[in-house]
Amino acid sequence: MYTLSNRLKIFSVALMFLGAIGWFYSYSNSHISLEEVKTMLAEEASHGGGHGEELDSHAVVTESHGTSDNHNTEMSHNDDVDVHDSDHAEHVMHQIHNRPYSALYVAAFFFMMIALGALAFYAIQYASQAGWSPVLFRVMEAISYYLLPGAIAVLAIALWAGPHIFIWMDPDVVAHDELIQNKSSWLNTSWFAIRGIIFIAGWSAYRFFSRKFSIAQDNADINDNSNFKKNFRISAAFLVFYIYTESMMSWDWIMSVDPHWFSTLFGWYVFASMFVSGITVIALITIYLKSKGLMEFVNDSHMHDLAKFMFAISIFWTYLWFSQFLLIWYANIPEEVTYFVTRIEDYKLPFFGMLVMNFIFPFLVLMNSDYKRIPWFIVMAGIVILIGHYLDVFNMIMPATVGDRWSVGLPELSALALFSGLFLLLVFYALSKHPLLPKGNPFIKESEHFHY
Amino acid sequence: MESSKVIHAIYTDDDELMAAVKKVKAAKHHIEEVYTPFPVHGLDKAMGLAPTRIAIAAFLYGCVGITVAVVMMNFIMIDDWPQNIGGKPSFSYLENMPSFVPIMFEMTVFFAAHLMVITFYLRSRMWPFKKAENPDPRTTDDHFLMEIPVHGNAKDLKTLLSDTGAVEINIVDKEEEH
Repeated sequence: MYTLSNRLKIFSVALMFLGAIGWFYSYSNSHISLEEVKTMLAEEASHGGGHGEELDSHAVVTESHGTSDNHNTEMSHNDDVDVHDSDHAEHVMHQIHNRPYSALYVAAFFFMMIALGALAFYAIQYASQAGWSPVLFRVMEAISYYLLPGAIAVLAIALWAGPHIFIWMDPDVVAHDELIQNKSSWLNTSWFAIRGIIFIAGWSAYRFFSRKFSIAQDNADINDNSNFKKNFRISAAFLVFYIYTESMMSWDWIMSVDPHWFSTLFGWYVFASMFVSGITVIALITIYLKSKGLMEFVNDSHMHDLAKFMFAISIFWTYLWFSQFLLIWYANIPEEVTYFVTRIEDYKLPFFGMLVMNFIFPFLVLMNSDYKRIPWFIVMAGIVILIGHYLDVFNMIMPATVGDRWSVGLPELSALALFSGLFLLLVFYALSKHPLLPKGNPFIKESEHFHY
Repeated sequence: MESSKVIHAIYTDDDELMAAVKKVKAAKHHIEEVYTPFPVHGLDKAMGLAPTRIAIAAFLYGCVGITVAVVMMNFIMIDDWPQNIGGKPSFSYLENMPSFVPIMFEMTVFFAAHLMVITFYLRSRMWPFKKAENPDPRTTDDHFLMEIPVHGNAKDLKTLLSDTGAVEINIVDKEEEH
């Protein structure tokens, strides 16, 4: 039985506190006026030839992308240089304003995605009646404990930030944009909020009952498997609900930041990201608890299987990422390819860095069968995978909201600290509530003796 | 041709076989071979066989495959006969690389899979028209056979094996091929 140590409590509360301070500091600093932006741009322009090129690529971004006034800019941009300069300054001002909101949103989504991915993995274990994994169930249940607060945070930030992240929430933009008008039966704020509430309610209801039955199964008679059977049924039902709502969630909460752009496999792509992040965190927390001597019943073969999942889903993620990229790159249709043009021109390092961290590194490190049993190898690969998938979310949100005004600085890191503190606190609190071995699970003997 | 005596102990259950293998190994006897109708998990470890190196071979074959794909596509699509397909840059392998990724992937898998199977057959000394080495056809159905060479200790071995639950113990002359 795990007890929440004071050290961990203080550490996570301190993380949240520092994160909150850092974020509010950068938030209050981001409210700069148009005049200040103009001075800043003039200064940047006077820094010599190197920047002139950058301004050119700005024009591309403005045309294809960005916040509020992009479509007006597109039309007016050849007429009058002064108008363009002023438009450009306003555009940059919006991007600078958007950055703290986006940073907070990316971090909130990243941790929510870990909890949701772990919950989906857990449901799959129940629905498939897996015999190897029941010793890990308490870890999965603890991680998914974060789902409800985490998902509410994501939805709340989305609604609070409004047009700072989702330009289709700005009525002025919609009024001048026929494409968004045509989508407004789906993309409107109230329906967005209702959908979000339905998603969160469904996921949390499953999580609540599954945890309840899992605990009840522990305390039930040895011959009474009714709680397990109930869990099996609701898990199968949840998986159906999940795969639809997860897909819609990814359109709503991520893809709609670029309301003109769409990709039909986006839901799967986000699913792969959350699945591998969730499994990685399951492995990391299991290794931590095992190193504390609290999970002696977890053996090398369990770790080997988790590492295999990390390896396999990393490849699955790459497969989907590439499937999306190849078709859009090959077809080269302007309204589609602008998505990757922006990312390759303005986000070169995070865009290609993410590929190295999410594919090449885990692929090479976890390929050897023996290495999948070595804890520090799993930890090393796991940390790189998690950073890589944070960058993945970063690359999905930031180009639409802050354009080339991105950086990984105070707002991003403090938002990460804020949500990682909350995540650690809630997950380890949930771990301390019940014994780490679900002893009533009918497969628990098989799971404890699992080896190959 | 040299002729030597071996013991064939036959079992009807894989768990019993595993226990027997462990006992025989503990008594420091060499197990020549075990014939089973299906793969028994952990049997290789219990028999003390060296771990397989097929994974290393597979990795190297995969490297060969991806190299062949790159060289081949570079020759076909860039050097020999550049074609304008969908307006893609056709004079540089690197710039056109995304369209070659599926081919690079497929060739990696193709080389790794096929060469791995061929390696496995060669390493196991299997080729067409080879006479089966299996001493007892029942091991292709529901029996398990353990083969132990006899070096004048037939009696000890027999008692040891009958203790482990062997249903049949035969001493036979084995014709060695080499």
